[in-house]
Parts: sequence; structure tokens; C-alpha cells
Amino acid sequence: MPRERLITGFWSLTVLVVFLAAWEWGPALAGIPAFVLPPFSKVCSEAVRIWEAERLLRHAGITAAEVMIGFVLGSLLGALIGFTLGASPRVEAVLSPYLLALQIAPKVAFAPLFVMWLGYTIYPKILVAILIVFFPVLINVLTAMRNTDVDLTNLARSFSATRWQIFRMVEYPTTLPALFSGLRIASTLAVIGVVVGELVGGNLGLGYMLVFFEGQGNTAGVFVVIGALTVIGILAYYAVVLAERKVLHYLPSADSPHR
Amino acid sequence: MPSPLPPAIEFIGVDKRFRVKGSDTELLAATQVTFEVAEGEVVSLIGPSGCGKSTLLNLGAGLAPPSAGTVKVAGTTVSGPNPHVAFMLQKDLLMPWRTIARNIEFGLELRGIAAPRRREISTQLLRQCRLEGFGEHYPHQLSGGMRQRAALARTLAVDPLVLLMDEPFSALDAQTKMVLQQDLARTVAEQRKTVLFITHDLSEAVALSDRILVMSERPGTIAAQIRVDLPDRNHPMARRKHPALNGYVNELMSLLKLDAGAELH
Repeated sequence: MPRERLITGFWSLTVLVVFLAAWEWGPALAGIPAFVLPPFSKVCSEAVRIWEAERLLRHAGITAAEVMIGFVLGSLLGALIGFTLGASPRVEAVLSPYLLALQIAPKVAFAPLFVMWLGYTIYPKILVAILIVFFPVLINVLTAMRNTDVDLTNLARSFSATRWQIFRMVEYPTTLPALFSGLRIASTLAVIGVVVGELVGGNLGLGYMLVFFEGQGNTAGVFVVIGALTVIGILAYYAVVLAERKVLHYLPSADSPHR
Repeated sequence: MPSPLPPAIEFIGVDKRFRVKGSDTELLAATQVTFEVAEGEVVSLIGPSGCGKSTLLNLGAGLAPPSAGTVKVAGTTVSGPNPHVAFMLQKDLLMPWRTIARNIEFGLELRGIAAPRRREISTQLLRQCRLEGFGEHYPHQLSGGMRQRAALARTLAVDPLVLLMDEPFSALDAQTKMVLQQDLARTVAEQRKTVLFITHDLSEAVALSDRILVMSERPGTIAAQIRVDLPDRNHPMARRKHPALNGYVNELMSLLKLDAGAELH
């Protein structure tokens, strides 16, 4: 087992090295000028410069905070409405065409509207994140609620369970795996929502930096910001994965032996 | 021996109709079902698939009301879920997020029994159902037979008067099945539980029951009943070896018209 892992790790690392080498020397060999596709080393040195000169950490911090707030509020709202609609099929049937329409509407297109409403503050960015995070969580929770095993709810009912007990002890735990896969998607979508919000207006955050470097024609700077955004996305994603492992510890995992 | 007690469970002229999804027509699932099960008796219900056997169990558990007629448990008309009845299905219905002990305690928790008392009951049942040491395991760590034993423990935990069992052992392999039948028969005899047992396995019905009710095709009704006059109701393994067992199985086969090519399942 550890030997397998070592081999897999070795090959993953090889792919990374090959990729970085191609990035470093490839463009020059192909005759692509550095201002179009800056080599890896240029991006690294630009990252060091931006860290000092443009206060990269501060902008990244603002973006990360917006992502976190948007993710938490959007997920809470999505889960809450998912549970409510799942518990009342009537209401769900009435609202489902509108939910579908809103789900299909490209959420990022709301960004200019939110900026007009709320100004150049952090709020429109958070709002876009909430809107974009909301649906995958809602849909996952709702579907899981609908697919709750009828025999299991009947078992609870036969023990004279109240509606609330059925929710708390059967439906809610049943939906947790689906909720977490919704949250995983949501964690990456939250970053997209915030960046679009920042691209549209304001003078703070990594999205703003993208626009700023674009104006300067600083391709290396844009790459640095993309890297920083990816780091935020990865952190958010792994935070969810970690929470998931903790909460869903009872699920059989691929490497735990069982009968 | 005439008993002054009311039957543990009785069906009196019960009909059950279902609304067919997407139309205004109704389906008559069971009609004019009348029978009773005395306290401490084990009765099996057999019949072709779709004859309404499982429907009758739901009515007995108070999960659905009959369309006509009355279902009584311990002399009282069933109007909803009640503490005298507990059911067990082919699916173990163990919740993967609960340990075995907490799964066994599920019914007690819903009925508001305090935690220390719940733990006492589940500890005793773990021992009784030969699951000692597995209380803190999760369901996926147990074999199919052990999981079904845990389901039985959960059913017994609420100390019901009547056990309603819907093919509880049909998903198990033949040997595990016999061991669980043995365990069930012993427990039921010791605690004088009343059992209404649905099965498709004719020798299982003969090995476990005092009486066997044969249902007709849909709309299901009780078409025949036979009394199993064999010793060792608390010892199905011994009953299985009894020379008269096959006679009963043959009788059931002809009652179900199996030789005429009718479908059992």
C-alpha cells in the first residue's frame, strides 16, 4: 500500500516538473513573446514584487473573507430552504418552475445589478457568492430529502415519532452526504461569485487586481492573481473535505476493511 | 384452552384500497380479511406476490387506516402507531450514522426513555441477540446476519406485544437464516411474544408457526388456514427434521396452486 502511494506520488511530481519546465522554456522555443505568455520564473519574481508593492496579502485576505461569508450564508440559506421544501412537497411543487428558472439564470449576470444597488463595497460580492452557492446546496438537500427511505420513516412513525423527530433523527442525517457534496461544489463556486463581483466594481480584492493588471498589460501579474485565487479555492475546498470526514466518519471508506 | 384475554391482534372484515397514481381509479389490494392471532401465538401469512400481505402489516402497525373494517390490537381499535406493535422488514433499516447500540435504542429514544435506561436495555439485548461487543460498531462493519439480529434487537427493545415481520430473513443465506430462525423462535417462546410473520418460504412457515394463513391472489383475502401440529415450536431446527414437515409443505403448495404453475413470487 505505501509502495503504491510512493509510485503514484512520484508520477504526480513528474507531471508537475514536466509542466513547469514546458512553461519555463516552451514559450521562448515557440517564439511566443514574454509579455504574452511570461515564463514561470517571471511569474514567480512578479509574485514577490506584488507581495510587497501591491499588498497582495491584503487583497487576498479581503477576497477570502468575502468567499467565506458568501459560502457560509449561501450554504445555510440553501440548506434551510432545501429542508423546508423537502418537508413540504406541496410548496415545492408550487415553487419548482421558479426555482428551475432561477437555477438556469446565469447568477454572475446579477453582479452589475448588485453593484448598482450596494455600491463599491464588499456586499455586492458577497451577494453574488450567496446566489451562486445557494443552488447546488438547495438542489442536493432537496433531492436527498425526497429520496429518504420510506421504510425508514415508517419505522420511525411506528415508534410514534413526531414530524420533528422524523426530520431530526431520520431525514436530516440522511441528507448529510448529499449536503456535503453540495458544499464541495459550493466552495469552488463561491470563489467564482466573489471574483466576478470584484471584476465589476470596487478597488479591493483579487478580482480588482485582475482588472488593474489587465490595464497595465501585466500578464505575469494576472497569472499571480490566478494562482492566489486557486490557493483560496483549494483552501475552501479542503476545509469542506475536512469537515466532511469529521461528520461522515461512519461511512465506510475505500481503505477501511469491512466484511 | 379458552382464554379470557382479547386476541393480541385481530382483523375484522378489513378492506384496503389504494388510489392509483395519476388516475381516479382505486385498486382493491385486500378484501374481507378476518383473522385473529392469540397472545403468544406465531402465525405465518403466505400467498402470491401482490396479494396484500405487506399491506396488512402496515394496517397492523397503524401506518395506514383500513378502507373498511377494523384492526384491533389487545382489544383496542388501531387508529395510528401504538406501543403494542413493532415491525421488522427484509431490509434491516439500521441507520448508518448510529452505532449498533444506538440503533437498537432508536425506538426507546423516540418514546422518550432516559439515556441510562436505554443503555441498560440495549446492553441486555446485545447479549440476548448474541451481538455482545458490537454495540459501538457501525452497521457497515457487521455481516448481513448480524445486522438482521440487530434489527430484531431494535424491534424487541420497545417490548411490543405483537411483532409484525415481513420476510425478515429472506435476504440471508440458507445457514444464517436457520440460525436466526432458531434465535427468533427461542426468544419468542421465552418472552411469550405474539408474531405475525410474512414469508414466501414454505418450510420456514411450517418450522416457525402455530398456524399458517394462506391468502388468495389480489384482492387478497384469507383463502385457507392450516394448523401446524408439530412439537418444538421453539426449536425450528428440530422441526425441520420432523418427518411430517414435508406433508405440510406439500399441503401449502397445493393450496397455493403451485403445481398448477401459478407464480409464487
